Amino acid sequence: MTVAVVQFGGSNCDRDAVRALGHVGVDAERVWHEDGLPADVDGVVLPGGFSYGDYLRAGAMAAHSPIMNEVRDAAEDGTPVLGVCNGAQIGCESKLTPGAFTTNASARFQCESVHLRVENADTPWTAAYDAGDVIEIPIAHGEGRFEIGEERYEELVADDRIVFRYCDAAGNITEKANPNGSRGNVAGILGECETVAVMMPHPERATLPDLGRSVDGQGVLSAFV
Amino acid sequence: MTTYTATVTVRLKRGVLDPEAETTKRALERLGFELSALRSADQFEIDLDADSASAAADRADEMAERLLANPTIHDYDVEVDEA
Repeated sequence: MTVAVVQFGGSNCDRDAVRALGHVGVDAERVWHEDGLPADVDGVVLPGGFSYGDYLRAGAMAAHSPIMNEVRDAAEDGTPVLGVCNGAQIGCESKLTPGAFTTNASARFQCESVHLRVENADTPWTAAYDAGDVIEIPIAHGEGRFEIGEERYEELVADDRIVFRYCDAAGNITEKANPNGSRGNVAGILGECETVAVMMPHPERATLPDLGRSVDGQGVLSAFV
Repeated sequence: MTTYTATVTVRLKRGVLDPEAETTKRALERLGFELSALRSADQFEIDLDADSASAAADRADEMAERLLANPTIHDYDVEVDEA
């Protein structure tokens, strides 16, 4: 299993993702976006960072890089695709996933550890958890507020496409536990098929035991095993 | 072909929270101004050659649809003038 971690100009979590994937036993390599996806790719990570300086909107420029057509084709063929943070913004901007991630309600960049409740454990990304589990993973973003129209939101809920919601340590979905004002405390969602997911929190920053904090993100990355 | 300037204005849909506008409003209030609301918008001025104003508007409209605006959160309008 070789996972391509797509590096755009301004990506900065690509090395972390490769290392964290290696820790859970997944062979991964960085791929410069202009070089296109390797032919034998078995998975794709759109990593965090500030691609193209967040010009226009976070993720808007990278979403129109030609490699995203290849990522879309791979996703349609069932190749697992995970977007993290800026990668999640790119995923929504490229319409791999619904909705938009926009300016935090606080209007501030927020870098902190948050609790997430696993809403749907029946996805590759959450197979390591049980529904209702509370995991701890850090966020680091200024534009992570999930927005989507009411009707589309209700469809996402009905279709079980919400993977993670921000919660308190006990698993309660509260306004106080919502770090960025996301609709429904949404932290991660699925695309059209369950093999495509995006999330604002960083599982690769909660994977290596050496970092001395939660390793709860390992389960998400294990989807590529 | 005529050269036109298409002005595309992109705004958050009404009802979508705009934390930057709220922060700007509070800053104006701190300066002593009285105001009841503030909305911000992005404006793009695009010079382009087209056969007619409506052809120029159509092209600018597609630019807004595909890149300049995010239809999930934005509304936009397009105005075209001869440059």
